Amino acid sequence: MISRVLELMRALGARIVNNWVWRLGFGCRFLWLTLKESGPSFRRFHLTIREIYFAGVLSLVIILVSGLFVGMVLGLQGYDTLVRYGSAEALGVLVSLSLVRELGPVVAGLLFASRAGSAITAEIGLMKATEQLSAMEMMAVDPIARVVAPRFWAGVISMPLLAALFSAMGVFGGYLVGVRLIGVDEGSFWSQMQAAVDFREDIVNGLIKSFVFGVAVSWIAVFEGYDAPPTAEGVSGATTRTVVTSSLAILALDFVMTALMFRGL
Amino acid sequence: MMTRKELDLWVGIFAVAGIGAMLFLSLKVANLASFTSADTYQINAKFENIGGLKIRAPVKSAGVVVGRVGDIRFDNESFEAVVSMNIDSRFQFPKDSSAKILTSGLLGEQYIGITAGGDSVNMKGGDTLKLTQSAVVLENLIGQFLYNKAAEGDGKK
Amino acid sequence: MATSNLVEVRNVTFSYDQRQVLKDINLVIPKGKVVAIMGLSGCGKTTLLRLIGRALVPDQGEIRVDGEVINKLDDEGLFALRRKIGMLFQFGALFTDMSSFDNVAFQMREHTQLPEALIRDLTLMKLQAVGLRGAADLMPSELSGGMARRVALARSIALDPMLMLYDEPFTGLDPISLGVIGQLIRRLNDALGATSIVVTHDVAEALELVDYVYYMSAGKVEFQGTPDEVRAASLPSLRQFVYGEPDGPVPFHYPAPEYGRDLLTQ
Repeated sequence: MISRVLELMRALGARIVNNWVWRLGFGCRFLWLTLKESGPSFRRFHLTIREIYFAGVLSLVIILVSGLFVGMVLGLQGYDTLVRYGSAEALGVLVSLSLVRELGPVVAGLLFASRAGSAITAEIGLMKATEQLSAMEMMAVDPIARVVAPRFWAGVISMPLLAALFSAMGVFGGYLVGVRLIGVDEGSFWSQMQAAVDFREDIVNGLIKSFVFGVAVSWIAVFEGYDAPPTAEGVSGATTRTVVTSSLAILALDFVMTALMFRGL
Repeated sequence: MMTRKELDLWVGIFAVAGIGAMLFLSLKVANLASFTSADTYQINAKFENIGGLKIRAPVKSAGVVVGRVGDIRFDNESFEAVVSMNIDSRFQFPKDSSAKILTSGLLGEQYIGITAGGDSVNMKGGDTLKLTQSAVVLENLIGQFLYNKAAEGDGKK
Repeated sequence: MATSNLVEVRNVTFSYDQRQVLKDINLVIPKGKVVAIMGLSGCGKTTLLRLIGRALVPDQGEIRVDGEVINKLDDEGLFALRRKIGMLFQFGALFTDMSSFDNVAFQMREHTQLPEALIRDLTLMKLQAVGLRGAADLMPSELSGGMARRVALARSIALDPMLMLYDEPFTGLDPISLGVIGQLIRRLNDALGATSIVVTHDVAEALELVDYVYYMSAGKVEFQGTPDEVRAASLPSLRQFVYGEPDGPVPFHYPAPEYGRDLLTQ
């Protein structure tokens, strides 16, 4: 009886160490390698540009459309609640602060992880499974420098841009619904917004958040791809793990950063 | 497979759009255009109680924002709060102006209101305003109200 | 150091995690020859190829390529070594995001400062050598298996290597492509003055093609000789391998309890 319990605990401990601790350590070492080999990503910037196209540009549609819809919903829901306290003119404040501080970076991050992060993992995993990475090594070209690092930096560069576009579209969506559709006063909408949203406190913090999310998602995506077992199931499992782990990381980091940044207020 | 030129074009458009969004957010949504690059000079004021005044709170005169609160310190000698304000260089106030801590709205955030005095000499950088009125603290107000009510009650008897 | 062996493998032992794959193995590859390494799946032949190509490092023993011990090379030495070796992977391993032309030109663009016009000429020459100059603009997904392997072959000879490694080059090809690849291996080896190692279990094709054969089993060399010697060999395991006999040292039946008893018991 006792031995069974001990056996279970040992198995659990082994599982935690093997799956989490070991992988986290390997992941950190991998991040270090990626950063070390980043020279070519910038010296031959066209490599990174190509990846920015696939990660960033191709995510534009989903980001812009989602941003618009989120902003419009905020406008509708926000008006509904605010009008009860006679504060309908504060709609601009509600929409803009929600987007710039939280929804922009977080939702754009989640969408980016699902669309671009999973694509990056699948691509690298597939290259590993079809021996393209080994072939590159045999030709004395470091696959981390040539394949991994450009994709990492493309993600880091694209994320803040996408988050800003999401927030901007959201504000526009809130404006469309609030001012054009419902009839909130246009002047108050913008002026109250401008009075409430502070550049350093809100915009810059939002940008910092999206940058941190970009690093997290890109790191997880390239690591899972590189570490994937070279089989079909391996790659599909890695792709799923990228989306799940990235999403959890974004939400956890969001909490930590919000607590640090906005605690003073 | 896209050519190098097409890739560059699309990435360029993406970058421009992204930076444009950031500019839009900074200028139209936030308040970047005003006050971050304006020249300011510093004046100080001492208060018995600053209430809920925070750094970067607005300093207004006649309801118009003329500056921002820069720093709030405690003077261990006089046991008063020392507030330093960064005032836009375009605006000058006479030496005998007064500063009050006001609340915007009934329960809103607190700010400093400057009422101009009549002196012919203006404040210079580093000067301290002499006339100040502290923030209204709710507990004191209620206490005063209760005391007045009690006194009235006694008086009527 | 003038020696007639391009590759020397001495007392090499290698394990994957806990599983020992190669036990104290010795072999030499003479310069200018095409040598086959054959054996059943899991005997360690692909691992040996990767050790020679320095994709892996042996646990014990040493491997010399062109006189240099390769397991202790620093980054610079490794870099120089890899440029002298070309490897053809089992299914080609072409880079799927670029055209056949770009695949073949890859090494030239990465490692040399040659002008584009010169690279273009060299690339077309390599493609011509494998008969696929007309397919230069096709993407790997548009190529058949045999064509993809030929383009990969052109890619691996791009910098005129002195040692060519072939990992199962005949697997899954139709008879015509089989013949073409076999011919190309021999022709390119002789034209480049290179040395080639072919890992395969396609006995017929290999015996036609190569100068010397190493037969491996369970991590050791069990037999070595010329193709004629291999065909005439009396070693039972080798005979079973060469002539494809279903039963012999490698048994037909997977270990199981006695047949009669198995049927009668419930």
